[in-house]
Amino acid sequence: MAQYAVLIFERETADEMPAEVLDAHGRLPERIAEAGGRIVAGMALEQSGTATAIRGDLVTDGPFIESKEALAGVFVIEARDLDHALQLARMTPIVEGGVEVRPLIGFDVPEAA
Amino acid sequence: MLAATARVTRDLDVAEECVQDAYVAALGAWSRDGVPDRPGAWLTTAARRNALNVMRRARTLQSKLPLLMGPEADEMPDLDQDAIPDDRLRLVFTCCHPALARDAQIALTLRLVCGVATGDIASAFLVPEPTMAARLTRAKKKIAAARIPYTVPEAAELPARLDAVLTVIHLLATTGHTAPSGDELVRVDLLDRALDLARMLTALLPDDREVRGLLALLLVHQARRTTRTDAEGRLVLLEDQDRSSWDRGAIAEAHRLVDAALRAGPPGRFTLQAAIAALHAQAPSTAETDWRQIVTLYGELLARWPSPVVALNRAIAVSMVDGPAAALPEVEALARDERLAGYRYVPAARADMLRRLGRHDDAAAAYREALALTANRAEREFLEARLAQLAVD
Repeated sequence: MAQYAVLIFERETADEMPAEVLDAHGRLPERIAEAGGRIVAGMALEQSGTATAIRGDLVTDGPFIESKEALAGVFVIEARDLDHALQLARMTPIVEGGVEVRPLIGFDVPEAA
Repeated sequence: MLAATARVTRDLDVAEECVQDAYVAALGAWSRDGVPDRPGAWLTTAARRNALNVMRRARTLQSKLPLLMGPEADEMPDLDQDAIPDDRLRLVFTCCHPALARDAQIALTLRLVCGVATGDIASAFLVPEPTMAARLTRAKKKIAAARIPYTVPEAAELPARLDAVLTVIHLLATTGHTAPSGDELVRVDLLDRALDLARMLTALLPDDREVRGLLALLLVHQARRTTRTDAEGRLVLLEDQDRSSWDRGAIAEAHRLVDAALRAGPPGRFTLQAAIAALHAQAPSTAETDWRQIVTLYGELLARWPSPVVALNRAIAVSMVDGPAAALPEVEALARDERLAGYRYVPAARADMLRRLGRHDDAAAAYREALALTANRAEREFLEARLAQLAVD
C-alpha cells in the first residue's frame, strides 16, 4: 500500500463549520476503511488568520501562501494506487473548496523519548 | 511489446530499455540461428525476461524507487496472446490519465503507444526537443511517484476516462503542423497516427459507440486531407475545396460507422461531430448541404457539450437555414462571452452575417476585428478580400 497526503482547502468564513460536516469528518475513517483504505493520521488546522509565517529572518502574520481557499487540514491515507487514493480523497467532506492528493516519500512519527 | 513488458515492470522507462535490449539480442540470435517462427513472441518473451531480471536485481538492492511490485513479478506467466491487446489498452488509458496534463497525455501517447521519436513529436508541436523530452520525463516521473495504476479503468469510471482518450486522439488529428520547407523539417503525420489509434480502439472496444464515432470523424478528416491545403501549403476553406478529390471510400466507411453508432443508442459528442462532418462530406457543395439537419445535430451536441464554440457553429448553421437576421443575436451574445475572447471566428462570423444583411459599416468593423486576431495567411487573404469587396459595393 502506498501513502498519500490529502490536503484540505476550504473557503474561510466567520461562521462555524456546520454540524453535519463535522459529523461527516468524524465518520471518515470508517468510510475509508470500508473502501479498502486507511487513515494513518489527521490534522485539523485553526483558521489561517492564526498562522505565522517565517521567511528567512522575516516573521509575518498570516499563512505562507495567501490564497482564496486556505489550508484547513491534512490527513495521511494508505491506498493501493492513485486511483484508489483519489476515490478515498473524494469522500472528504468539503464545504467550499477541494483537496490535493500528493504521494508521500515517507511518514514518520518519532517515539517520545 | 512495450505494453506487455510494462505489465511486468510497471515502470515505463525500464520497460523501454528491456524492449530495446530484446531487439539487440534478436539481431545476434537470429543472424546465428535464423528468424524464429513467431518473431513477435520471441521478442516479447525476451523483453519480459529482461524485465523480470531487472525487477529481481532491484529487489535485491532494496531499491526505494516506487515501482509497483505485484506478486505476478515472481513468476513469468505463459504468454497469453489474448492479453496482449489488453496491455495496449492499459497503456493508452495510463498515458491519458486525468492526473496528467493534456499536453503530457498527448506526448506520452505518441511516444509510448505510437512509438514516435521524441524529436519528431517536438517538431510536430513546434517546441524544442529538450522541452518535449522534459515533458515526457516529468510525466513518467508522475506516473511512478504518484503510482498511477497500469490498468483499464473500472466500469463506473470507464466513460469519463474513455472520453479523455478519445479527446487526446482527436487533438492529435486536428493539430496543425508546419508545412515542410525543403528537406529540413521532419513531418510526423499525426492524422495517420490518430487513425491507427482509433482503429486499434475499435478493435479492442468493439461495442463502444463513441469509439466508432471518433473513427468516423477521423475518416472524414482523412477523406478531405489532400484538399485542405494548396500546393504552397496554405489553408483552403471548406467552400473552396475541390470536393471531387475527396476520398469517397473513406466517407462511405464513415457513414456506415455513424449510422451504426446512431442506431445503437443515444449518441455521444464524437458520434454527433462525426454525423455533422459526414453531412458536410456528402453534400455536393456548401449551398446544397443539409443545414437543417446540421442545426438539429448541433443542438444535440450542445446539450451534451455546452461549449461556446459549439454554440457558435450552431448559430452559423442557423444562419444558413433561417437567414442571418435569425442567427445574429446569438452571435452578438457569444461575442460578449469571455470564454471566446480572442477567438477569431466570432468576429468573422459576425462580419459575414452583417455583410449578408447589408450592414456594410458594421461588417467592415467586424472584419477588421477578425483580422487583428488572425495570423493564418489564407484566412487573412479571405478576410481582406471580403473587406475590400465591401468598399466596392
